[in-house]
Amino acid sequence: MSKVPMKRIFICGMQEDKNSIIDLLQRKGVVEISENTEEDEDCDLKTDDTMADRIESDRKASVCERALEILENNAPDPEAGLFKSLEGAGSIDLKEYEDRALKNDDYYKTAEKLIALDKKIAEAKADIPKCETKIETLRPWLSFDLPLDFEGTKESAAFIGSVPDKKELSEIYEGLVSGLDDNVGVDVSIISSSDDMTCIFVVCLRKDKAQIEEALKNINFSKAQLSKTVPAQEVKNLEAQIAEDNKFIAACVEEIKAFSSERDDLKFLEDYYSARADKYDALGKLRQTRRTFFLEGYIPTRYAGAITELLQKRFDAIVKVEEPSEDEDVPVELKNGVLTDPMETIVESYSLPGNGEIDPSVITAVFYYIFFGLMLADVGYGLLMVAGTGIVLMKCKNIKPGMKKMMKLFFYCGIATIFWGAMFGSFFGDSVTVIATTFFNRPDIKFPVLWFEPINEPMKELVFAFALGIIHIFTGLTIKLYQCIKAKAYKDAVYDVIFWYMFVGGGIIYLLTMPMITGMLSLGFTLSPTVGTISGAVAIAGCIGVVLTGGRESKNWFKRILKGAYSAYGVSSYLSDVLSYSRLLALGLASSVISTVFNKMGSMLGATWYGALLFLAVFLVGHAMNLAINVLGSYVHTNRLQYVEFYGKFYDGGGRAFTPFKENTKYYKVKEDD
Amino acid sequence: MENLGLFFALAGAALSAGLAGCGSAIGVGIAGQAASGVVTQEPNMFSKVLVLQLLPGTQGIYGLLIAFITLTQIGIMGGSPDISLLKGLLYFAACFPMAIGGLLSAIAQGKCSVAAIGLVAKRPDQFGKAMIFPAMVETYAILSLLISILAIFGIQGLAL
Repeated sequence: MSKVPMKRIFICGMQEDKNSIIDLLQRKGVVEISENTEEDEDCDLKTDDTMADRIESDRKASVCERALEILENNAPDPEAGLFKSLEGAGSIDLKEYEDRALKNDDYYKTAEKLIALDKKIAEAKADIPKCETKIETLRPWLSFDLPLDFEGTKESAAFIGSVPDKKELSEIYEGLVSGLDDNVGVDVSIISSSDDMTCIFVVCLRKDKAQIEEALKNINFSKAQLSKTVPAQEVKNLEAQIAEDNKFIAACVEEIKAFSSERDDLKFLEDYYSARADKYDALGKLRQTRRTFFLEGYIPTRYAGAITELLQKRFDAIVKVEEPSEDEDVPVELKNGVLTDPMETIVESYSLPGNGEIDPSVITAVFYYIFFGLMLADVGYGLLMVAGTGIVLMKCKNIKPGMKKMMKLFFYCGIATIFWGAMFGSFFGDSVTVIATTFFNRPDIKFPVLWFEPINEPMKELVFAFALGIIHIFTGLTIKLYQCIKAKAYKDAVYDVIFWYMFVGGGIIYLLTMPMITGMLSLGFTLSPTVGTISGAVAIAGCIGVVLTGGRESKNWFKRILKGAYSAYGVSSYLSDVLSYSRLLALGLASSVISTVFNKMGSMLGATWYGALLFLAVFLVGHAMNLAINVLGSYVHTNRLQYVEFYGKFYDGGGRAFTPFKENTKYYKVKEDD
Repeated sequence: MENLGLFFALAGAALSAGLAGCGSAIGVGIAGQAASGVVTQEPNMFSKVLVLQLLPGTQGIYGLLIAFITLTQIGIMGGSPDISLLKGLLYFAACFPMAIGGLLSAIAQGKCSVAAIGLVAKRPDQFGKAMIFPAMVETYAILSLLISILAIFGIQGLAL
């Protein structure tokens, strides 16, 4: 229901108990250890530098993580699935934990083996394309029966290579002979030719080698890539190597798969090392003497007694718990009931309550569900949300806490959606009417409307949305009033809240006495002129109050009045705040009209079998899309109404989250027996 | 030419769906580019940036909503499409806030989403706040939608 009360805790223990105490605290996970900020030179208390150990543990944890990833890529976990992926850490006995921790080295070797195997696979995989490119370059030479590095015999010189473009033999001769002396003989044969190159074999007398080389350069001759064997043989060798690489990869994959029984051990090890890293981090914060160590931090009051007792029973330790002082930066943890704890995620993503502020979760929850439901307002969509999140909540008993809150949030929002859907008579839009009319020719069957249909009376819903908005904003102001009174700032309460109540509230009531306004909003009633006079007077009094006090931090009266007038101008922000609630109508209409569009599209082919098929297809796809987009829209805009219009009135936030020293593990949590 | 009223009403509906849709397409498009950039670096940010990318998409839906209500009211979706020239022009004018407001606000919101995606990429914990900035822009699309809806429903009752 509120912020969890916190206490400061001091623990002083013997060096020999240090590890056990830290382990115990980590398993309990209820103490936040404070960083030592003040460096006291005269003091004997020193801190250990545990950075190196911590980094080593982190490294080992990431080795395990990588090994698990490799295992998962090559031999996926058969138990994995959507539900499994939502699960949090399972619990494990302390005894079992200690037994398994003894085998750490074996587990770590497994992880290293997996990583080595993965490296081998990567190397083999890189080798294959290399061989393939070589084969590709050798392909034009397949019919050639000399090794490509052949340079000739004792009397003759040979050149093996290619010239660009497709060329006839005569063209090549022409190009070659033009630059040669008459008595030089040369023989060219074409091995193969393609559109962009011609592979040739040139033979001449050894004494003419230099001249021929020069002539070849002129026709852009380039030497072939060397190979020591005959091309055909070389290709065969390369192909054999690829086959071998593939076989090697398959063998390695098999070898990795053989490790899949050790998946749990690797998970255990990853957790073990990540917990160790946190532990070293905590150890680095302790102040120590030769024989003792000293720890300070915060603990929620509800655990303080039990922890004190446990530590004093098991160890020679001094534990002192005291109330934190007023101006201390106490970390914040929120604790709420069943219906309101999903709001913690909403509050957290804005900001945690700061010093002297209340936890707004409860009051946020009331409006959150109402607004969300109004924006989606469809019985069918609500049922889908309730069913979807309900199944996840039922199936995953051990779900991650953050995920659980999200699921609960949408579960309750789903219920609100059903409620408002029933009020406005919407079940997948007007699907009931459409189906009854199209397929059964019974236009008289309709989904019951408990209140009214917004599509027929948008003005009515708009007024309702504004009314809700005014209630919401005034509730925000009331909380500010409460906070001011709690902080005994009575003057602020009057100046910042009561005057505004009078100003805005009186103004609104005054507007309701004007026939023009009530007629426009089609309210059906107009307050009497007497009420108008009174409310007008109240509003003016409030306005004068705001002008006089809005700038009260200025000493200079002239400045003060100017600033006050400016703050009275802030009434325009109340106007825009109230108008902002028209999104309740807009999003509500959007979701119902779009679903109507899909129903209409689906029923276009009439009451035939293919008409029914089309209806089914359009219904499924269309409503799935509409639901997804509108759930997102409702979520975003409900948040906005809370953050901007509501929190803007009373809530600054700025609290620091309580981050206890605990096992931040993915798979296992150690159960501690008391 | 006696049915020119119907033409203007339909033109209004078409503009509202078309222009607001264009705006959303541009907005979601530029936000999508930024989102892809983030996902190349951080694949697990997908769901968060997707939410931010989709925010400028609502204007297209509002435009469709206005177009659909107009089409139903002028009798194009079943019924007798027979309205006077003046009424047709009134429908045309009524669709206009949504058409223009939707087009421009979606583009602005898209740019804002790009910035919000950048914010989330650097500070994933600030997702809640990052989501609010683009939602602020949307207010003006909602106000346009509101006026268009109220005007269309108002015209329906007029005996012209």
